[in-house]
Amino acid sequence: MAYNCVVLVKQVPDTANITGKAMKEDGTVNRAALPAIFNPEDLNALEMALQVKEQYGGIVTVLTMGPPRAAEILREALYRGVDRVVLLTDRKTAGSDTLATSYALKCAVEKIGEYDLVFCGRQAIDGDTAQVGPQVAEKLGLPQITYAEAIESLDGSEIVVRRAFPLGTETVKGALPCLLTVVESANEPRPPSARRVVSNKLAAIPQEYPALLEKWPEFETEEKLDEYLAARGLKITVWSGQDVGVDYDRVGLSGSPTKVLKIDSVVLGAEGSKEFEASEAGVSALVRELVEDYIL
Amino acid sequence: MAKQREVWVFIEQDSGNVSPVSLELLGKARELADQLDGRVCGLLFGEGVADRAEMVIHHGADEVLLAQAPELGAYRTLPYARVAVDLVKEREPYIFLLGATPVGRDLAPRIASACWAGLTADCTSLQIGDFEFRDEVYEDLLYQIRPAFGGNIIATIVNPETRPQMASVREGVMQMEEPDETRQGAVTQISPQFDPADLVVQVLEREMRLPCCDLKGASVIVAGGMGVGRKEGFDLVAELAHVLGGEVGASRAAVDAGFIAKDHQVGQTGVTVRPRLYVACGISGAVQHCAGMDQSGTIVAINSDPQAPIFQLAHYRIVGDLHEVIPQLVSAYRDTAK
Repeated sequence: MAYNCVVLVKQVPDTANITGKAMKEDGTVNRAALPAIFNPEDLNALEMALQVKEQYGGIVTVLTMGPPRAAEILREALYRGVDRVVLLTDRKTAGSDTLATSYALKCAVEKIGEYDLVFCGRQAIDGDTAQVGPQVAEKLGLPQITYAEAIESLDGSEIVVRRAFPLGTETVKGALPCLLTVVESANEPRPPSARRVVSNKLAAIPQEYPALLEKWPEFETEEKLDEYLAARGLKITVWSGQDVGVDYDRVGLSGSPTKVLKIDSVVLGAEGSKEFEASEAGVSALVRELVEDYIL
Repeated sequence: MAKQREVWVFIEQDSGNVSPVSLELLGKARELADQLDGRVCGLLFGEGVADRAEMVIHHGADEVLLAQAPELGAYRTLPYARVAVDLVKEREPYIFLLGATPVGRDLAPRIASACWAGLTADCTSLQIGDFEFRDEVYEDLLYQIRPAFGGNIIATIVNPETRPQMASVREGVMQMEEPDETRQGAVTQISPQFDPADLVVQVLEREMRLPCCDLKGASVIVAGGMGVGRKEGFDLVAELAHVLGGEVGASRAAVDAGFIAKDHQVGQTGVTVRPRLYVACGISGAVQHCAGMDQSGTIVAINSDPQAPIFQLAHYRIVGDLHEVIPQLVSAYRDTAK
């Protein structure tokens, strides 16, 4: 039996490699200075979905919500062998918190239509909240299986999943459709396939056409480029909030229940810091002081 | 008279063993409720856990909402969420706190979504304060404070309009208060109702092990980073920890490099610790590490790079090679202790 899979992914700033350049003078993060990457655990979720497809058949659809630039990770998904990609982009959803995001994603998943399994990465590295997966599950009325490490079996309407915890594992049986959040230890995500890079590198959203025309002037006009891409299935589906039936009161900054009151930079500092020499005498003096102050 | 504001704490338990973070949160909830002139409720769900209610009261609750059913035996998302959501809708609490454990972070978003309530993940500090937004002043909101962007910034989040104001809170960051065994409180029995759809996920098997070290409870931690150089280098770190009667910690970089098991990881993605003494050996001091140990009583840093950020945090600094300094520390301490 074939299974239809939807994978929810996010483009994130690479917070793991923040350098001095990425911090502004006022201590806030300069997003523009950070490379944007495919959220790492979303690649694990994608890999799990592709393995389901390879073993049982079915269709893998990848959905992301974000600015037009997020089309970059949709191409990355195409290079890895997914069947269909969708970009949900709408200025009115900017500033959405996890709840508003989950609501918008739920509307888009419903428009995608029939699905047996929804996959998400456990969490995104920019916010580290791990909230969107369970919230999408709740909004869709699906059971959730978080921290999924392996699908042990899939049989018609039944799924057995091994969940990974810091101190052990749990195996659960669930019913389809359901939503899985996938952890890093689940698998080694496949690299892009060279063949698919060649066949999909032109895949684009209309907002990218001007840049494409600069690179490939032989297409001459956006209309001709559009025709060419459409004929080869390389037009990335773009939906607005309205396209998926979003109630705009529930998304964006004003539709989000949480508000950011302030952002502080992290200031490290100890009072009365003291240096000791890296020598027997210096180290002995330090130990003496720690013992005298009852710290040791 | 207006209804008293309620501060709720989800009491996480496994086979009757209550999670330390739940007790830490009861102490914090007590402090917040006193500021709000409100009351603290502990939500205790499970099977055969009634005898834990007293402990919840001793740690600060005015009332325990006790739900017992076979369906609530081992933790499962849907039945637990069902009971919690029904209670939230009925009693409209002001604040709802959960530990940011794997269970808390599975359950909290499910509840928040069903109640359309704002939720902040993995908070490290909670306060009460006001918020001005679009010419309106919201008084006595919960400030939900957490690191973001890999620990590079600290964000303060509020939920001005939705209730409850929900937050999951990091383990180990709130001080656990001593229980007061004279405290009195009420125990309210809840009769949970389930839908067949709540029970579709079944636990087939669980295999949990004990952690190989107890970082949270340690009063001395000696931690190693990339400067340790290789797996065998941690023998030196462990020797100092042993001599000082402490535990071995590690930075994420050292864990990722395979020098030591993940149980030892201190930092935003590891354990948050607040020992009396923290000795950082060959740890550069990435913010993500510092976020997990900056509350330590005294910090000693040993690093060969005088520019290492860890030195900004350290009370005592030694610029030098840890492979030489640690043996000197071991023998100096042995000499003093003689």
